[in-house]
Amino acid sequence: MTGKTLYDKLWESHLVKDLDDGNSLIYIDLQYIHEVTSPQAFEGLRLAKRSPWRSEANMATPDHNVPTTTSERAQGVEGILDPVSKIQVKSLDANCTEFGINEFTIDDPRHGIVHVIGPEQGRTQPGMTIVCGDSHTSTHGALGALAHGIGTSEVEHVLATQCLQQSKAKNMLIKVNGELGRGVTAKDLVLAVIGKIGTAGGTGYTIEFGGDAIKALSIEGRMTVCNMAIEAGARAGIVAVDDKTIEYLKGRPFSPSAELWDQAEAAWRELHSDDDAYFDKIIELEAIDIEPQVSWGTSPEMVAAISKNIPDPAQMENDAKRGNYQQALAYMGLEANTPIQDIKIDRVFIGSCTNSRIEDLRAAAAVVKGHKVAESIKEAIVVPGSGLVKAQAVQEGLDKIFTEAGLQWREPGCSMCLAMNADQLGEEEHCASTSNRNFEGRQGFGGRTHLVSPAMAAAAAVAGHFVDVRDWT
Amino acid sequence: MKKFIKEKGIVIPLDRANVDTDYIIPKQFLKSIKRTGFGKNLFDEARYLDKGLPDQDCSSRPINPDFVLNQARYAGGSILLARENFGCGSSREHAPWALEDYGIRCIIAPSFADIFFNNCFKNGLLPIVLDNNIVNSLFEETVPNEGYELEVDLTEQTILKADGSVIKFEIDCARKKSLLNGLDDISLTLLHADDIKNFEERWKQKSPWLFT
Repeated sequence: MTGKTLYDKLWESHLVKDLDDGNSLIYIDLQYIHEVTSPQAFEGLRLAKRSPWRSEANMATPDHNVPTTTSERAQGVEGILDPVSKIQVKSLDANCTEFGINEFTIDDPRHGIVHVIGPEQGRTQPGMTIVCGDSHTSTHGALGALAHGIGTSEVEHVLATQCLQQSKAKNMLIKVNGELGRGVTAKDLVLAVIGKIGTAGGTGYTIEFGGDAIKALSIEGRMTVCNMAIEAGARAGIVAVDDKTIEYLKGRPFSPSAELWDQAEAAWRELHSDDDAYFDKIIELEAIDIEPQVSWGTSPEMVAAISKNIPDPAQMENDAKRGNYQQALAYMGLEANTPIQDIKIDRVFIGSCTNSRIEDLRAAAAVVKGHKVAESIKEAIVVPGSGLVKAQAVQEGLDKIFTEAGLQWREPGCSMCLAMNADQLGEEEHCASTSNRNFEGRQGFGGRTHLVSPAMAAAAAVAGHFVDVRDWT
Repeated sequence: MKKFIKEKGIVIPLDRANVDTDYIIPKQFLKSIKRTGFGKNLFDEARYLDKGLPDQDCSSRPINPDFVLNQARYAGGSILLARENFGCGSSREHAPWALEDYGIRCIIAPSFADIFFNNCFKNGLLPIVLDNNIVNSLFEETVPNEGYELEVDLTEQTILKADGSVIKFEIDCARKKSLLNGLDDISLTLLHADDIKNFEERWKQKSPWLFT
C-alpha cells in the first residue's frame, strides 16, 4: 500500500465526514481573525442569531490598518487618525468582546501581525487545521499545520460550525536539494520557486516543501517560504515536523506543558510524509543555483537573480506572455535588458508577515550597520512583526543600528505590505520591499514594488539601487 | 444567498492575465464594515484616472476611456470574459462582492485562483472554466461584435451563443446545487451538528492539548 503524505495525514485526522455531494466536512482547530475580513462575518452571526461554536478556538488581533508611527500609536485605538480605520479596529474590539474571543488589542505588548504573533504565542501547533480571512495564513504550515486563507463567508462558517466544506487538494512536493549559498535566504528560495513554477503553478495543490535546503532553514525561514505558497497559487504550504519544530514550540505561552507536552510531542513527531507517499507532482531545485532574487514586474513570478538583466519581452515564447511582460515593464517604468543592479530605489520597506521576525531584522541590521541610507532614498522604514519582536530587537540594539543608519523604527503592523494605513508609496516610486506582492498599486496608487529579502532591501537602502548582498562588506 | 439559474447578458472582455484581487478592488475600499456598495470601485485603478478614496462620489471622477467598463457598448454587461489565473492574490471576499455589486453574474476564464473561485460560490456568482482555445475564440467573437451576448444555463451546464451553437461546461455538483437553490452553507453544515460533536469528542480524547 502506498504511504501517506503529510497533507493526507492532516486531512484524514480532521475529516468529520464525507458529504454525499462529493465535498467533505473538515474540522478546524483554530481560526485567526483580523479587522478587515471579519466585520461582515460577525454581522452575519448577529443577523442569524448564531453564536460561535467554540469561541476559544479563535484568536484575534487588528493588524492590517493600524498606524505604525509611535506618535499615532501612543493613545491606542483612540489615536488612529484615519476615521474609517478606527471604526474597523473598534468593531473588532466590540465583536471580540460580544462573542467572547481572545483578542490581542492594539495596545497589548504582544500585539502584532496575526501570522507573526500566532506562532510566537504558541497558538499555532503542529497537526492543527488553521484558517484566517487572509491568504498568508499558509505561513503556519511551517510548523506542520494545515493552514490556509478563506473568504469572509467562510470566516462566518467556521465561527458558527467549527468546520469547512471542502474538497481535497492534490499533493505537490517541492524539494530543494543541497545547501543555499552565503547571503541567499528563505525569501530568495521561495521567490526562485515562484519564478520557476509561476503564480498559478500550485493552484489546486497543497505544497509540501522538503529537501536538505528546507531542513536547514530555521522555523522563521520556513515561515517565509510557506507564507508565499499562496503566491505560487497553492492555498497551503507545509513543512514536516522535526527537532527544530519541537524546539521552537517549547515553553511558548500557549504550548502544552507537563504530561500534555509529552503526549503532544509524540503525536507531532509523526507529522511527516511517509517514504513511499505518492505526490501528484514533484518539482526539484538545486539550492546552489539560487541567487539573491529581485522582482522586476507586477507579479511575484516576474523575478530575476541579482546578477541578471530584466528579461526582454521580445524573447518570450508566446504572445500572451510577451503582452504580460510589456504591460508589467510599462507600469514599472523599466526597460528590457536593464541590469537588475541598475534599478534605482526611492523607498525601502522592511516588514510584513513574510519578513518581520527577529532573524529578518538581524539580517537587515547586519547589512546597514556602520553605513548610512543613500541620500536619494526618500524614506526607509523598519516595521517589526510584533511587539515582542520589537522588544527583542531593542534588547539586541538593532533599533539603534537602524536609526543610526537613517532608517525609521516603527510600531508593529502590516504597514506598507498592503498600504491600508498611512505607509504608502507615491506614484512611480520604486520600493525595495520584503513583503510578498508586487501587484499594480499594491503599496500605493502607482507605486512600484520590488520583492527582495531583508538583507537585499537593507543593502539597496544603503546603495540607492539593488546590489548583490553576497559582495557586501 | 442569491440563486443562479440562468443569465443572459452582454459579454465584457477583460483581456489581461493574472488579474489580482488588488486590481479588482484596491485595499483602501476594504475599510468598510459592510458587504455592499463596492461596485462603483470595481477595477478602480484601471477604471478611473485619479486615486480613489473610500466614500467618494465617483460620478465626478475622471474616467479612463480606454478601460473596457467605460465603453458604452459594454454598459449593463453581466458576463465577464477573462484570462488565466483570474482572482489571484488575497482572500478578500470584497472582490466577488464588488463584481456582484457592479452587476456581474458570471465570469468565464481558462483558470481561476483557488480562494477567489471558492468565494464566488458564496455570493451567487458563477465562475466557469473553459479551455483556453474556447476562451480565445470568445474574445475574438466579442470584440468586433457590439452587443455580443451569451446565455448561461446552469441547470443544463451550457452556454448558448447567438448563432445557436452551444458550449458545455463542467461544475462540481455540490456547488451547482448550492447556486441553483441559493442555499445557506451554514444551515446545511449545522444539519451535521451531531457528527461534528462526535468528531470533536473523539478528537479531544486523541489531542487533549488542543482543548485546554
